[in-house]
Amino acid sequence: MEKFSTLTSTVLPLPIENVDTDQIIPARFLKATDKKGFGNNLFADWRYNNDGSPKKDFVLNTPLYAGSKILLAGKNFGSGSSREHAAWAIVGYGFKVVVSSFFADIFKNNALNNGLLPVVISPAFLAEIFAAVSKNPQTTLTVNLQEQTLTNNLDGKSELFEINPYKKDCLLRGLDDIDYLLSRKELIEQYEKERFKY
Amino acid sequence: MKPTQQTKPLSTQGKTLFDKIWDAHVVSSVENGPTQLYIDRHFCHEVTSPQAFNGLRARGLRVLRPDQTTMTADHNTPTLHQDKPVKDPVSRHQLDTFAQNASDFSMPLFYPLGHEKNGVVHIIGPENGFTQPGMTIVCGDSHTSTHGAFGAIAFGIGTSEVEMVLATQCILQSRPKTMRITFDGKLRPGVTSKDLALYMIAELTTGGATGYFVEYAGEAIRKLSMEARMTLCNLSIEMGARGGMIAPDETTFAYVKGREFAPKGEEWERKLAYWRTLKSDDDAVFDKELRFDAARISPMITYGTNPGMGMSIYESIPALEDVDEAGRISFKKSLDYMGFRPGEKLLGKPIDYVFLGSCTNGRIEDFRLFANYVKGKKKASAVTAWLVPGSWKVRKQIEEEGLLDILTEAGFELRQPGCSACLAMNDDKVPAGKYAVSTSNRNFEGRQGPGARTILAGPLVAAAAAVSGVICEP
Repeated sequence: MEKFSTLTSTVLPLPIENVDTDQIIPARFLKATDKKGFGNNLFADWRYNNDGSPKKDFVLNTPLYAGSKILLAGKNFGSGSSREHAAWAIVGYGFKVVVSSFFADIFKNNALNNGLLPVVISPAFLAEIFAAVSKNPQTTLTVNLQEQTLTNNLDGKSELFEINPYKKDCLLRGLDDIDYLLSRKELIEQYEKERFKY
Repeated sequence: MKPTQQTKPLSTQGKTLFDKIWDAHVVSSVENGPTQLYIDRHFCHEVTSPQAFNGLRARGLRVLRPDQTTMTADHNTPTLHQDKPVKDPVSRHQLDTFAQNASDFSMPLFYPLGHEKNGVVHIIGPENGFTQPGMTIVCGDSHTSTHGAFGAIAFGIGTSEVEMVLATQCILQSRPKTMRITFDGKLRPGVTSKDLALYMIAELTTGGATGYFVEYAGEAIRKLSMEARMTLCNLSIEMGARGGMIAPDETTFAYVKGREFAPKGEEWERKLAYWRTLKSDDDAVFDKELRFDAARISPMITYGTNPGMGMSIYESIPALEDVDEAGRISFKKSLDYMGFRPGEKLLGKPIDYVFLGSCTNGRIEDFRLFANYVKGKKKASAVTAWLVPGSWKVRKQIEEEGLLDILTEAGFELRQPGCSACLAMNDDKVPAGKYAVSTSNRNFEGRQGPGARTILAGPLVAAAAAVSGVICEP
């Protein structure tokens, strides 16, 4: 997994609540057997017309926010299906951070397992950033994982965000859960031997 | 970070059902971090597993406990002509990859298309006795919460976690908070556990139980059959819960007993004695408690594009003023997609498609309810109906009980098992703009096909819509 420390970037705003993983990557694109290429179909049904041409009014198709590495979304982002393809699609498109006031559980785990940082901020701060970005698309945010801060560089306003210390350590060092579990193999065998038959 | 061996909590505080099962599966705890949790049963399907098996290959790993993983093809499979090669080459490649992985990693419990044990993963687990009380169960599918109906900790995981389970039979998880939802009183006749679940999700919203593991309790829950309990636990994820569970009782034990992979003889007695201890202690404290009166629940439908947008079939869609300001853009977007207006009633609204099936409502009891309702009636000619059993065993039982004759007589066709129109990965797609009354679990935009408009309901409301052609009282 890629290491994460700090990031400064413009922001792509998606002011919609309850964005589910079927919107992030519709089921018909889940037939691939590797992790690559999902970025092309990120938000496919909002992004493309039936003939495959881009929908002009969808935010991913406007040049205003091109190159943003931070996705800003309404509350309860990533609800629904457990498909990790949603995280692969967001990472594949080029995002490194998703900011919202609330994330669905499975999505949050999937994001962290792919080096994509979900940043939870207060609803008020989220509304402020949406307003700032809408007014000035060049607004940049800085995410500092070590300090656990998200800063709006336009006005310097900052908020602390929470992250599990273990997960933070994994991201800072670029380690996977699976590396950790593999190092605990003897404990697994010991558990299997000793445990009461559930 | 150093692992620490789990020590028993010193507190004498009573334990919840969740605590008892969780604590029995802790291998170690990461300091200030998640728990290394042992997994008893892993279910695996073709869509969320190929990248996990590739991960094992890349790291040169084997599957640690092949007999603790059950594999079935269900998501990306046709519901007609399963004996013939799958037409779509991309789908066929995914199914071939699944078979290759089963073979390369010597997986003994592999049920491909056409196998007598094949079917939707959350249907075949319980029906073959893989799912048992007290277990930890995971699958790369959010509706794994279904298995909680047996008094198990069951939850959906991502593909990275599938790889962890295959490699180590463990997963790293943060301990969720606990919630108890009690349903007092009795459900009224004609009201199913699907209605109960849609009612609850509408009350809590789609994110209302995020971060929690829910235990369902109360008189109305005790009276539910195992299959009805599975429908309820299945839908726990739709209010954001990590999972849902119900303490096992005589209904549970009677269901499990005698199934192929259930314990037998002396082992059965020993396990049964343990299973009887699996209930929340009287003095157990939950992080959150909610109570509902089951007698107040009516047949339910959804009107929007998430499962929390539900109402009784007699009610009207909320007016714009009744929606909180921050949510109005999403609410309006949702109704525009559905072609509905705020304040509108949906009784009498014509519909185009009916789907009976999925891990939510694809079991024999659902087909009994549906068949019993349509008996002696005729399918409305304008309605296309897809009746998709959850497994080959369910299909066989439909035939043996004479339900197939009733359905055929009423103008319905029975298809072959799979997830089908629930997520429309196969050809079972509802066309853009058409209305589908669906017994599945999600009404998200495009879920049943690009532009498809989904109205979630129970099997009785679906049956009534199928014969009348409109949304009506069953």
